[in-house]
Amino acid sequence: MHRLIVILPVALFAGLIGVMVALLTDSERNSDLSRLPSPLIGKPAPAFDLPAVAESVPGGFSTRDLKGQVSVVNVFASWCVPCLAEHPMISQLAGQGVAVYGINHRDKPDAATNWLGRHGNPYIAVGADLDARASLDWGVTGVPETFIIDANGVIAYKHVGPVTKDVLNKKILPKLREAEGG
Amino acid sequence: MIAEIGQFVLILALVLAGVQATLPLWGAARGHSALMVLADRTAIGQAAALLIAFAALTHGFVTSDFSLTVVFQNSHSLKPMLYKVSGVWGNHEGSMLLWVLVLALFSAAVALFGRNLPPSLKARVLAVQAMIGVGFLAFIIFTSNPFARLSPAPLDGTGLNPLLQDPGLAFHPPLLYLGYVGFSMAFSFAVAALIEGRVDAAWARWVRPWTLAAWTFLTAGIALGSWWAYYELGWGGWWFWDPVENASFMPWLFGTALLHSAIVVEKRDALKSWTILLAILTFSMSLLGTFLVRSGVLTSVHAFATDPERGIFILAILALTIGIALTLFAIRAPGMKGGGLFAPVSREGALIANNMLLTVAAGTVLLGTLYPLILEAVSGGTAKVSVGPPFFNATFGPIMVPLVIMMAIGPLLAWKRGTLKTAAHKLIPAAIAAILAITVTFILVPDGPGLAPLAMGLAAWLAAGTIAEWAGRIKLFAIPVPESWRRLKGLPRATSGMTLAHLGLAIMIVGITGSSAWRTELITTLVPGESAQGAGHTVTLSAITQGRGPNYNYERASLLITDKGREITTLTTERRFFPIAGQTTTEAGIYTTILSDLYGVIGERGRTPDTSNAWTVRFFVNPLVPWIWLGAMVMVFGGSLSLTDRRHRVGAPRRAATPGAASQPNPAAAE
Repeated sequence: MHRLIVILPVALFAGLIGVMVALLTDSERNSDLSRLPSPLIGKPAPAFDLPAVAESVPGGFSTRDLKGQVSVVNVFASWCVPCLAEHPMISQLAGQGVAVYGINHRDKPDAATNWLGRHGNPYIAVGADLDARASLDWGVTGVPETFIIDANGVIAYKHVGPVTKDVLNKKILPKLREAEGG
Repeated sequence: MIAEIGQFVLILALVLAGVQATLPLWGAARGHSALMVLADRTAIGQAAALLIAFAALTHGFVTSDFSLTVVFQNSHSLKPMLYKVSGVWGNHEGSMLLWVLVLALFSAAVALFGRNLPPSLKARVLAVQAMIGVGFLAFIIFTSNPFARLSPAPLDGTGLNPLLQDPGLAFHPPLLYLGYVGFSMAFSFAVAALIEGRVDAAWARWVRPWTLAAWTFLTAGIALGSWWAYYELGWGGWWFWDPVENASFMPWLFGTALLHSAIVVEKRDALKSWTILLAILTFSMSLLGTFLVRSGVLTSVHAFATDPERGIFILAILALTIGIALTLFAIRAPGMKGGGLFAPVSREGALIANNMLLTVAAGTVLLGTLYPLILEAVSGGTAKVSVGPPFFNATFGPIMVPLVIMMAIGPLLAWKRGTLKTAAHKLIPAAIAAILAITVTFILVPDGPGLAPLAMGLAAWLAAGTIAEWAGRIKLFAIPVPESWRRLKGLPRATSGMTLAHLGLAIMIVGITGSSAWRTELITTLVPGESAQGAGHTVTLSAITQGRGPNYNYERASLLITDKGREITTLTTERRFFPIAGQTTTEAGIYTTILSDLYGVIGERGRTPDTSNAWTVRFFVNPLVPWIWLGAMVMVFGGSLSLTDRRHRVGAPRRAATPGAASQPNPAAAE
């Protein structure tokens, strides 16, 4: 009897390790940076009306602009290094003819204008969200974040963090096709 | 260059740990004293190497060397110096470095101060300690290198998590790690004893001071963390049963049980295999906590940047360390025969009850923390639940009640065979105090929750029982006062430490009860100059000012608090926006008296045009909340006092000494 009791801790522990291995190796679970799905997916894009960043930058835009075609809304800022990292991917999307809108999150108009001038402006229109009120309505927790909006103005997909080549090919592009097809 | 030195000594530490984990073990098995002594040298060498590595990383942060990836990701040139330094451990890589540094420092302390340990036991303890070190050093070097360079070096960093930019939190992790990792000593001693196949009173005497030191640090660390959560998170609460809080609380519960069961091994040569198991479990909880926080298995405000590869690595360390220790336990434990026999009603019996309750409590917390994970794994990811405060409040509280009742009784029982009658006689003051506390509480707050007066009675019972036991030791008022004074001075510090630690818990219960039962709050929106009534006070938003801190912008509100026209205080609360991190934090304004905290927080500004000049204001009256941290301080002080007991320093009697050889110089001190 005593022998069995002393084996119990090892046995329980082995079971626990099994559970942990199952959780860690579950690739589906780990593939998503934000494991909690956004409550906004499947809901209409929040109402907003953002002004242009500066006269030289096309914009701003509002909820109405997002209806009628599938579009991508990218939240970015000039002070955000990952935004610079994803910039080529966003430009590539725009180059393929996707309507990409930019929400300029808590930025200085001058800095944003310079940044777009230096790295290129892929956006059809940029809205200045200096106090992050609109970003808040979008449920943005950090920059960059990228949303796919279908033709009815409903949020179809949300990506948190920079859009890497991998994310672009495996997530964004398939979801875009899905949104266009549906 | 300095970072490369850090990188080099980090690898050197791994090599030293590898040597220390193997050769001394071999030496102990074969009786080669030269190989056993080698462990001392490598332990000290390892600690020195890691100190240099830690200094090198600190240098990187202090000089804002953004060519280092961790510095770039976690620091910023505008950050105040204090937070540049605390930034060293405010991230995954640096905190792991601190983790192994603490581990190595504990080993070095054994090497330096453990002169009276038998050479074979010392060699084995250090070897086990080094095995853990090898695992974590390899983890750091292969998956979380703090000295990784970035090219080209960015101009400036991305900043520390703004929530961590706070003096309370700056020192919270080091304390916590000293506690967490300190339990590795008890673990290594336990595994070494299993290898030797021998546990005796002397062993328990060597283990206790290390456990006590770790326990004291962990108590301080948890208290500091909860204090930080209280004033920084702005929710007015101080404990949230967050998985990461639980991760630090579980080793504390097991460690507390271990402290008490080691006393039984030391004094009575009983409970051996149980104590060994507790030592293993305590450190296992520390490892589990490290794993949960860093693997990304859990989602929490505390979770570090996650990476499945790292998770698998820590899991492998965890599985090997705990798995081997528990297997060794399963093989060796049946052979360990306890010596001391005792009746159920005895000091031993009370300590066993204490152990059972603490273990069940720890098991409850463990279950609540892991249940969502287990369910998710079993259901294949379809079932997701979260277990929150209602579960823990409903299960943890009821376990604590008998524990606290026992705490007053246990110290009054004699070893081997106690009588309830004598104890009951000594507990009359405690019973009177409890009834008095219940009555007074009920009269003062008749409309509060019904359980609150009972909880206050419990606290009074524990406090009065503890004081009565202390008074009995020094025969207060039974003999002339100078005579009592002499006895008080002769009281072993370990005994006084126990009295203080138990009193600390009583004080803490008062605080917990007060803040959870009688908290009142007012949540409203105010335009500057406007007032609102609530929570027994009038709150006026007297002014809002805006300004700039070193790396943030703030909105600062002054809240004038009056009670029936009498001005009490003006609370200053801030909302800080950190543009670099894009995050907002709040600083609560707190006015503390011994009886309560007035706690004010400013929230968001209104978003629609007609509310754009109004701010959300939350105001709490948290009765007795300061008692929670006062109690924790008393507990920490008790632990520290006990650590300075000369018996710990003089060391244990030699093994195989006759049982009477350890007798106390002072008969009053016979515990």
